[in-house]
This record gives sequence, C-alpha cells and structure tokens, in this order.
Amino acid sequence: MSVLDINGLTVSFRTETGRVYAVNDTSLHVDPGETLAVVGESGSGKSVTALAILRLLGEAGRIDQGSIHLEGEDLTALSELEMTRIRGNRISMIFQEPMTSLNPVIQVGRQVAEPLVLHQGLTWAQGLERAHDLLAKVAIPDPGARIRENPHQLSGGMRQRAMIAMALACSPRLIIADEPTTALDVTVQAQILALLKDLTVETGAALILITHDLGVVARYADRVTVMYGGRIMETAKATNLYRDPRHPYTRGLMNSIPSLDGPVGAALSTIEGQPPDLAHPPPGCPFAPRCSQRQEQCEKQVPPLRRDGERDIACVRHD
Amino acid sequence: MQAYIIRRLLALLPTLFFASLIVFVSMRLIPGDVIDLMLAQNDIVTTQDRARIEAALGLDQPVMSQYFDWVGGVLQGDLGRSLWQNTPVVDQLWATMPITFELGLLALIVALSVAIPIGIYSAIRQDSAGDYVARSFSLVMLAVPSFWLGTLVMVFPSVWWRWSPPLEYVRFFDDPIANLSHMIVPAILLGLSMSAVTMRMTRTMMLEVMRQDYIRTARAKGVSEHLTIVRHALRNGLIPVVTLIGLQAPLLIGGAVILEQIFVVPGMGLLLLEAVFQRDYPVISGIFLIVGVGVLLINLLVDLSYGFLDPKVRHQ
Amino acid sequence: MSFLKRLWRDKKLGAIGGLIFLLFLFCGVFADFLAPFGENETDLSVRLLAPGWDYLLGTDHLGRDVLSRVLIGAQLSMVVGFLAAGLATVISIIIGVVSGYFGGRIDMLIQRFVDAWMTFPDLVLLIVVVSIVGPGMPQIIIILGCLYGIAGSRIVRGSVITVKESMYTHAAQSMGASTMRILVRHIVPNVMPVVIVLFTTRVGATILAEAGLSFLGLGVPPPAPTWGSMLSGTGRTYMYMGPWLALAPGLCLTIVVYAINVYGDALRDLLDPRMRGVR
Repeated sequence: MSVLDINGLTVSFRTETGRVYAVNDTSLHVDPGETLAVVGESGSGKSVTALAILRLLGEAGRIDQGSIHLEGEDLTALSELEMTRIRGNRISMIFQEPMTSLNPVIQVGRQVAEPLVLHQGLTWAQGLERAHDLLAKVAIPDPGARIRENPHQLSGGMRQRAMIAMALACSPRLIIADEPTTALDVTVQAQILALLKDLTVETGAALILITHDLGVVARYADRVTVMYGGRIMETAKATNLYRDPRHPYTRGLMNSIPSLDGPVGAALSTIEGQPPDLAHPPPGCPFAPRCSQRQEQCEKQVPPLRRDGERDIACVRHD
Repeated sequence: MQAYIIRRLLALLPTLFFASLIVFVSMRLIPGDVIDLMLAQNDIVTTQDRARIEAALGLDQPVMSQYFDWVGGVLQGDLGRSLWQNTPVVDQLWATMPITFELGLLALIVALSVAIPIGIYSAIRQDSAGDYVARSFSLVMLAVPSFWLGTLVMVFPSVWWRWSPPLEYVRFFDDPIANLSHMIVPAILLGLSMSAVTMRMTRTMMLEVMRQDYIRTARAKGVSEHLTIVRHALRNGLIPVVTLIGLQAPLLIGGAVILEQIFVVPGMGLLLLEAVFQRDYPVISGIFLIVGVGVLLINLLVDLSYGFLDPKVRHQ
Repeated sequence: MSFLKRLWRDKKLGAIGGLIFLLFLFCGVFADFLAPFGENETDLSVRLLAPGWDYLLGTDHLGRDVLSRVLIGAQLSMVVGFLAAGLATVISIIIGVVSGYFGGRIDMLIQRFVDAWMTFPDLVLLIVVVSIVGPGMPQIIIILGCLYGIAGSRIVRGSVITVKESMYTHAAQSMGASTMRILVRHIVPNVMPVVIVLFTTRVGATILAEAGLSFLGLGVPPPAPTWGSMLSGTGRTYMYMGPWLALAPGLCLTIVVYAINVYGDALRDLLDPRMRGVR
C-alpha cells in the first residue's frame, strides 16, 4: 500500500479579488522508502499541495475536492485535533528557509525534542537525550554543545540539518521537504540531499522532495511529478523522464538545464511567455498559451491525466 | 554579554553630558528680573538677600566654573538647598521619589496586565468584533487626557453616590491598605493611558510573529494552536514590547505630575509644581536632573534586559 | 481630489476624523460669531445653571455661558495647535535635514543632543521652561514648537537619509548640482509626505500638551477660557454642584485629539506606509 495517496485534490484560496485555485484535480502517490520529486516553477501548486497534505493552508485556504489518504486514512476527514497528532508525528515537513524556520529564542535541542514530547509522551530530559542522538545522526559536530545553543549560532547548513533531525524525531512515515536546499550553498546542497535520501531509505519512510530544479535535486528521486499552473503535467520514473520527456513542458524544462554531455556551445533554450495567472486561468491546458505545439483543442478543454505504461501524462498530443 | 553591557554604558555618557548641559543651561536662562520678582513675591528686599540668592543659584561666578562646580556637587550628591525651606534638595528628593516610584510601578502593572492580554487576543482574533472593540478602546485612550479622567473620577462618584477617592496620603509601611487605596485610583488612570500604546504594539508584534516561518514550523510539528502562541510566539512578540516600557517611562513620569496634583499624592510631581509656583529653582533643577537621569537609567535597564531576553543580542 | 476619494474609500474612520476636525476648526475660526454670549461675561444671577434652552451647556459659578467659553476655547486650542505644530514642523525640517543630509560629526553631535532632549518627559520639560519664561500664549506656542520640533527631527532625519541614499540624489550630485539645489529640489519634496503626517499628529499633541499645562495653571493665563483651564482652578470646587462643568471641555479635547489621531493614521497609511507605528 502507498504511504500517501492523493486523489483529485483541488485547493483554493480566498483573496480580495475572489477565489484563486492553486491546485486543480491533482493525484499522486508515494510508496514506502520511495522518493518522489515534485517539480515546478513558483505558482505551479507544488508547495500548496504539500501544505494541503498537512492541512496547514491558513484561514484563507481550503480543500475543495479530493482525498488525501495516509496509509489508508483520509486526512481531509480528520478534525483539527486529530491532525495535530499526525503533524510532526506520522508526517513531518522540512521548509525552505533554515534561517527563519527555527524559533530564534528557543534552544536547538528543545526544538528538536519538542515533537517527541508532544507525540511520544517523553519528558523534556528524555527528549533532549534523544535530540542529542538525532543531531549526531544528521552529522552535526559536537551535538552536546549544540543542543544548548540558539539557532542563530548555527550556520545555514547546520540549521537545515537540525530541521532534518527535528523532522526525523518521531520516525514519520512521510517526510515532505519543500525546497530544502534552495537557500544553501551549492556544496552544502549535495550533502543535505544525500543525507535526506540515506535516512529515508534507512527508515523506510516515504520522501516527497519539492523543488523547482529539475537538474540537481530531482536526480535524487525515484519518480518525478512535473506540475504547472496548479495541475500535474507528467509523472514518470526518474530514469524514464530524463531519457524520454514526453510532455512539451517537461521538454522545455529539460532543455533549460545546462548539460555537460550536450554539444559544446549549444544555446540553452528558455520557455517563452509567463506562467498563468491563477486568478484568471485559461480555459484549456494551463500550458497551452506558452506551448509551441499547441492545437486548437488545447485552449478549449483541459486534457485529463492519462496512464501510458509506467507514466502519467496530461497532453492532447499524447493520445 | 559583558561587551554589550560595557558598550551600552559608554553610549550613555554623551547623552548624560548633554542632559546635564540642558539642565544647567536652563537654570542659567533665568532672567535677572525673575530674581527681583522672587524677592518681591517673598517680601525680601535687601541687597544681601539678593546676593544670597544669586550665590545659591551660582550666578556670581563665570559660566564654565559654574558648570563644573555644579557637576562636581551633583556627583557628591549635593543638589543645593531649597531657597525657602533651606533644606537640602537631595533630602526632599529622597522623601518624594519613592512615592512617585510606587505610583509609576503600580501604573505599569495596571498597564501591562490590561494591554498584553488584550493585545494578544486582538492579534490572534484579528478583525473580529473583540479586536475591533480593543482597537477602538486604545484609540480613545490615546486621546483622553488623564487630567480629565481624573476630574471625572473625582466629581461623578461624589455627585451620584457620595463617594470620592481618598485623598490622604499614608505611608506604605504605616498602613499598606490605606496607602494602596489612595494610590490605586491614580495608578489605574495612569496605567490605562499607558496601556493604549502598549496594546497597539503588542498586537502589531504578535501579528508580525504569527506570520513568521518558525510559527509554521511549530504547527507542522503538531504543536496545538494554544501552545504555538504560548510557547513559540509570545516570547518573540513580547521582547520588543519591553523596549516600549522604556520608551514610555517619560510618559509615565509626565502623567504622574498631573495625577499627583489631582489626587494629592506627595511625590516628585507635586514637589515640582510647588517649586514652580514658589520659583524655588534649586528644587526645580534638582527634579529636572533626577527625572532625566532616571529615564536614562530605566532605558539602560530595559536595554540590558533586552540583551537577556533576546539571544541574538546576548551572543553578539 | 483623487486623494480625498481614496481617503473616503479606504480609510472611512480617518476621513470621519478629518471631518470632525474641520468642524472644530470651523467653530474655532467663527467662534466670535457663533458664541451666544461673551466668554467672560459674568452674571451672578444665572450662576451654575444646568444645561437648558437659554444656556445650551449651562453656566459656571460666575454665570458665564459654558458654550461660549468652549467655543472660544476651541479657537485658542486651534491657534496654539496650528502655530505650535507649524513651528515644530519647521524646526524638525531644519534640524532633520541638516543632521541627515550632512551626516558625520554634525549629525553625531545633534543626535546626542536630541537623545538627551527626548530623555526628559514632555510635561516636565514644559513645566521647567514655563517656570523660567513665565506663562502666556506666545511663550507656550514657542516652547511647544521647540519641544516637539526637536523630538520630531528624528523622523525627518530618518527619511532624509533614505532619500539621500536613493539613486536620483546621487545622479543629481554627479551632475554637479549645488548642495542647496539638491536640498530644495530633491530632498525636501521627497520628505514632504513624512512632514505632512508629522504636522498633523503634532497639532493633536500640542493641543493636548497646552491643555495639560493650562490645567496645571502654567498655560494660557486666566481669564482666557482654554479647555485645560476650564477644568482647573477655582472652577473645580463648583463641579460638585454643577457636574456639567466637568464634561464639555474634556469631551471636546478628547474628540478633537481622537479625530486628529485617526486622521493622521489614515494620512500616514496613504502617504507613507513605511511610517506605520510612528507617533
């Protein structure tokens, strides 16, 4: 059974100018020990999907349709109290900004221990002991001293390691990492991603890696889902997707990655045009206005996500 | 932390110098005819008395040495003598300062215990009816002069119920109950006028904090809404409010002058007003200086506690 | 015109505050025509009359008409408020621009002085200065102007520095414009929104401060019927017999200051959102 199974998810936000649909009819799943990369530009709906899983959409956001099953249990049907027992316990999340995502006035150790105290009924003393082990596990040097320090005494990479330790504390079934390395130096990025990957394989948890970077980050994934304009364009095994991208948008993304083994001097291509305005989405395929291969019907109706062998794709041309 | 304290103390020196200069110069600006007026007012006409007053004000010496004599005296705890009571100004200050301090402290307690809970409520229930009422109240409190409120409290209970607030000062250690029942009314009025700004600030800060990334992290960890506010938001939101207490110290002392007059509290404010009407300049300048230095010290304390509360400052 | 529309559409409370303030300003300007009696006209046969048809707000212990006194009080408040706030604004601009534009040692000295100045509570500073120069309308205006002028220079200085740092001043400098020209053509116009907001809030602050001083008997001397002095002095003892005496002046004061505050807040939000929280 999948750890997480999302079916037909639609999420909207209330704004001053009306409802904005950030995620439309999105379906995806992750299996135990598997890493799924969700790739897209800002505004593609990838982060909103993550927040929807944890039901942290704020007062303005709302799940309109669809289901989110965690090991067979529908999260959309749970009460707020039941959700707080799942957050940080069975699902944990790592955010993009390690500099601001840790509480500046609470010692690192207590922040790492907090989920254990909340969900596993440990005392703070026991929790801190575990925090020490967790910090060691994410390769933070001298964890005994670090647990008593405040976040601003740690470097960005160390803080993100602390965030990972916090996310791992309760041995969650699912870890969602939202752009976990975007704010970090390139050398640190690879370390953090390798660490995340190793730890998920080791614990058998599922990992959802949200990123805008099809180049580096998604290479750590087993499968890749490409989102655009609040919809899934294509989902495929990573090896298949890199070897043979089918959706015009996926191809556009692939062509904009600099490649070492491509012809020397080949110009990097960019995708013409702007991402869609979610307040006024086009009636058809969200990518149609920018698509070089669009047909008449692309602009009339949304192409459904269709199964093709081991891949899902939403494109008219792919019939 | 030590370096922070030392840096903060050094930064105080120039301000202290300018503050002493302001007090000194203001006293040098007393026009000569004021001394004549003082003499006339108090039926003293001999030239000897005139010389005595000029000497008491230090006006018979060159300006530079006047300043250094004065500062030297101040550093030794000599603020001169009252012109009419002929008692040392320092003694009068020692007698009145604790009373004003008590009033200020009570007012601060009132202000914080009103402003902080309402400010927090207002922030977490943003745009609710309660938030609206709280904000309106704070806007009104910013506009109501404390002397009018004081007047209303004196007049209307007396007219309607034949009750008026006690106006007789009793020393705290003689009879704490009587002392508090006298002080509590001016303290509440002073505290309410202070609470307006504090409430606004608490609300703004809490709103700011609740938008931060680490609050989202706390929620994603499964911390309940209540604990998120208490454990993760409150301390971050209240650190800047502490600064505000320092900024409001002058307001507190200014308000104390008026309320001491209305409720006959024999503190520094009342002493200042009496001195002004008697033109007792050594007393005026003494209070002027002490108030300035007091505010500077309060701000110093606030800054130091800020360093204690905010780990970022502590470790710099 | 578009500004007034925006004010009415986005900031209802502020717009209403502005209207209330205009109403009081109107009363102040035409107080001499509006007042049914002379403000110091005594008539012991009608002393301490409760509000009624002849005397809308009642009479005081000397038989003076409270309404007339409150109207003239509005006039005095407006005169003090506008002149003192105007003076304060000019002083703030001069100090703020000099300190902010030239920077360096001058700025350091000025700022330490402003620090020291702001250490003293407004009211204590006012009382001390009045004890030296004596009470009276012109003195009060000048003192209030200096007091709030020096305190407000901080805000002008801050925005001068911001403007100075911005590119177009650098551009003007590199084109060889003179200091005076840069100040007048570039700095001052860009600081105007801040100055307008500062002036508005200062009108309220000076009105309140003058009332406080007059209440303590250190403001505009009697028999001038300022709102502050109407609540103090010998009149106080008669309030127990005529409680209406305690209401009108304080209520007017509260409403005017409230109106100016909400109008000032709205102005600040519309003109310069960066100034949020500055008072």
